[in-house]
Amino acid sequence: MSEHFEKLLRRSKSNWDQLGQKPWIRLGTGLFGEAVGALQVIEEVRSVIESKNLDVTVSEVGTSGLCYAEPLLDIQVPGAGRIIYGNVQPDNVGYIIEQHVEKLKPPKELALACVGSDWDGILRLEDLPMMQGQFRIALRNAGEIEPANIDQYIAMNGFAGLNLALTDMTPSEVLEIIKSSGLRGRGGAAFSTGMKWGFLAGNPAETKYILCNCEEGDPGAFNDKAILETDPLSLIEGCILAGYATNATNGIVFIRHGHWAPIDRTRKAIEECYSEGLLGQNILGSEFSFEMEVVLVGESYVAGEETALMEAVEGKRSMPRFRPPFPAAYGVWGFPSNINNIKTLAYAPEILRNGSDWFASIGTEKSKGTAIACLSGHIKFPGLVEVPFGTTINDIVQHMGGGDPSGKDIKFLQTGGPLGGLLSRDQFGMQLDFDEMASAGAMFGSGGLIVCNQDTSSVDLTRVLIAFDQMESCGKCFPCRLGTSHLLDILDRACLGNSLPEDLELMEKVGQNMKIGSLCGHGQLGYNPVASALKTFASEFKNQMFGKGDIEIKKFIAPLHTRRGAQVLGETPTSVVNVDFVFDPKMEAPTL
Amino acid sequence: MTTSPNALRENARNAIASQPFKTITVLSSLLSVQDALGWLPSEALEEVSIAVSSTINEVWGVASFYPNFRFTEPPRNSIEICWGPTCHVLGAQDLLQSMLNELGLENEGETQDKLLGLKLNTCLGVCPHGPAVSFNHRLEGKMTKEKALAITKSLVKDTQDV
Repeated sequence: MSEHFEKLLRRSKSNWDQLGQKPWIRLGTGLFGEAVGALQVIEEVRSVIESKNLDVTVSEVGTSGLCYAEPLLDIQVPGAGRIIYGNVQPDNVGYIIEQHVEKLKPPKELALACVGSDWDGILRLEDLPMMQGQFRIALRNAGEIEPANIDQYIAMNGFAGLNLALTDMTPSEVLEIIKSSGLRGRGGAAFSTGMKWGFLAGNPAETKYILCNCEEGDPGAFNDKAILETDPLSLIEGCILAGYATNATNGIVFIRHGHWAPIDRTRKAIEECYSEGLLGQNILGSEFSFEMEVVLVGESYVAGEETALMEAVEGKRSMPRFRPPFPAAYGVWGFPSNINNIKTLAYAPEILRNGSDWFASIGTEKSKGTAIACLSGHIKFPGLVEVPFGTTINDIVQHMGGGDPSGKDIKFLQTGGPLGGLLSRDQFGMQLDFDEMASAGAMFGSGGLIVCNQDTSSVDLTRVLIAFDQMESCGKCFPCRLGTSHLLDILDRACLGNSLPEDLELMEKVGQNMKIGSLCGHGQLGYNPVASALKTFASEFKNQMFGKGDIEIKKFIAPLHTRRGAQVLGETPTSVVNVDFVFDPKMEAPTL
Repeated sequence: MTTSPNALRENARNAIASQPFKTITVLSSLLSVQDALGWLPSEALEEVSIAVSSTINEVWGVASFYPNFRFTEPPRNSIEICWGPTCHVLGAQDLLQSMLNELGLENEGETQDKLLGLKLNTCLGVCPHGPAVSFNHRLEGKMTKEKALAITKSLVKDTQDV
C-alpha cells in the first residue's frame, strides 16, 4: 500500500467516525431531485436547522434510484437510527426534524424505510419491493455519500482498487483481470471491455485518450447521469484504472450541456482528485500520471456514437467519421483513443478490489455482472434497479417496478432506446442477457425500459421513435437522412389510417437501404423500431394502417427543427416516395 | 432594451475568456456565450472565430447544427417541454397542446410580446418523473396541464411586475 494512500485512509476513517457522532441529514438534490422539488426541501432543511441552531451535518447527495419516492430525506441520528422519509414536502420538514433529531422519536407515518437497526412498523430498505433482488455494484454509493467527497468515498472502499493496481500490479495484469472478469461494454454494443482496452494498450503512442461517454441522449435511459450526479468518483477511479491498464495519458468525460448536476459534480470531483494527488503527476506516489477533464457537447443524440463523439470533443459538428481508421489507431485530435460508457468504467474499481472471479460469478454465462435498468412510463415505482444478469423482465417490471400504477395490464416494453425495439408481454419471461435479448429482436442497449400499458398504441409509439431518429439524424449520409424522413411520412399515414397498399413493402425497402447504406448505427439500426413493432404487433399495425385501429391516435406535434418545418405532423403528407432500388447486402465497399 | 453591438461583442469576449477548462473549442466557446447571453448575436460568432482561429463559416456550421443555439434575442421566459417517448406515453402531447392553446401558438415559438417562448426538447433527462417541463431552466416533473398553466401564468405575472 502506498504511503500516500495510507494517509488518505487514516484521514477518511477519522472523518467518517466523526460524521457518525452527530445527526446527519442527506437529501438527493441532483437532476432527479430537482424535478420533484428537492431544492425547496433542502432550503427548508437549512432554514429549520439554522432557526433551531442544531448541530447537524447536511449533505446534498444524488439519487438513490428510488425515484418514485423522491424527494428522499435520509436522517441518521446517533441513538435514533437511520430512517429514509419519502415524498417529503417543505411543509413536513420541520416536523420530521423536530421528531427525529430533537425528540429522537422518528415519525413512523412519514417513513419510507429504515437502514441498519429495525423499527416496528417501518420496512427495512432492503425489504422495499423495489430493492428486493437488487445487487448494487455500479450504484454502490447511490444516495449514500456526498458526490465529490473523497473521504466519504474512501470510507466506502473507494480508491482501494486503484491503490492495489498502482502498487502491486503491472498494467498488463490489470488488463488481464478486466479481461477475465468478462466485463462487457454497457453502452449498447456489449463488446468485451478487456479486449477493447487491449487494442489501445497495444498502441505504442505517447499520448492516448480514454473517453467516458455520458452523452446519454437515449430517452428512457438515465443511469449514466445518475452515476455522475450521485457518485462521480467511481467513474473517475474507473477511468484512471483504464488509463493505467492501457498506458493512456488523458481522460475526458463527455456530458450533454444542460444537465448541470452531473456536470458540476463531476467537475468538482475531478478538482478534488487533483488536490489530493489522485489525478495529475505521479498518482498516489506511483510512476503513473493521468489528466482528466469534463467536455460539454450540444444537444445531439448522434454525439453518443464513438467517432461523432470525438468530432464533438474537438468542437465540431457531431457527425460520425469513416472507419477505419478505428479510434484505437486514430481518435480524438488524431491520438489513439478508447471510448467507454460511464457504467462500464464504474464497475472497474470493484472488479479490481474483489477480483475477476467474483465479478465473473455474477450474472449469466455470457453476460457477467449486473445490469442497471431504468424504469419509466406506466410503472408504479419508476427509477433505477441494478440486478444480476439473468433476472427476468417479469421480475423487474411486475415485482420490483410494481406493474402499472392503476392496475391496468402492461402491453409491452420499449427497450434499447429509440433505435431499439418493443418487447411484448408474452416475452417477459426472458432473462436479462445481452445475447438472449438480441436474438429476440430487442436490445438491452443502455438499459432504458419504457413500460407501456394496454392503452398505448404501438403504432403511435413507433412513430414517436422514428420522429426522434429523424430529428436526430446528423444528415451526413443520405440513407439515414432520407430514410428516417420517408419512414416518418409512412408512419404519419399509418397513424391516421390512410396508408397506401404499397406502404408495408415501401417501409421494408427503405429500412433495408438504411441498414446497408448508413455510415453509423443511427441509420443502420434506424429501422429497428418499425421492424420490431411489425413483428410483435403485426395485426395491430395493419389494422391501424388501414383505418381499423382500436386505439385512437391523437394529433402529433413535432419540433420545428425536424425537416417538416412548421407543418404539424398528423396531416397526410402529399408526396409519396418511390424507392425503386435496394442496396445489395453483399455489396462490398469500393477499395480506395 | 437592446444591447449595443459593442457591448454584445464585449460580453461575448468575456464569456469566451472565462472558460476554466483546458479544452477550448468552437463548440465550448459557443456554449459559453449562449449561457452568458442567452443567444448568439453575429458579433459573438465573429469573436468566437477570432478567439479559436477558425473561419466564420466553420463557426456558423457548428452553431447551426446543435439545437441549443438561437440567433435572435431570447424571450423573457423560456419553457421547454419534453417530447421523448417516456413523456409521450405519459401524456406530453396533451400537455403541449394545451400550452400551445394557452399561448396562442401553433408550434414551438414565442408570444408576440416576447414574454414567453416555448420549445420542444428531445429529452430533459428525468424520465422517472415524466412528463417533464423546464421553466426558465428549472426542471419540474410529474407535470399536469393545470400545474403547467399555473406556473406559466405566474412567470408572466412576475415578468410584467418588473
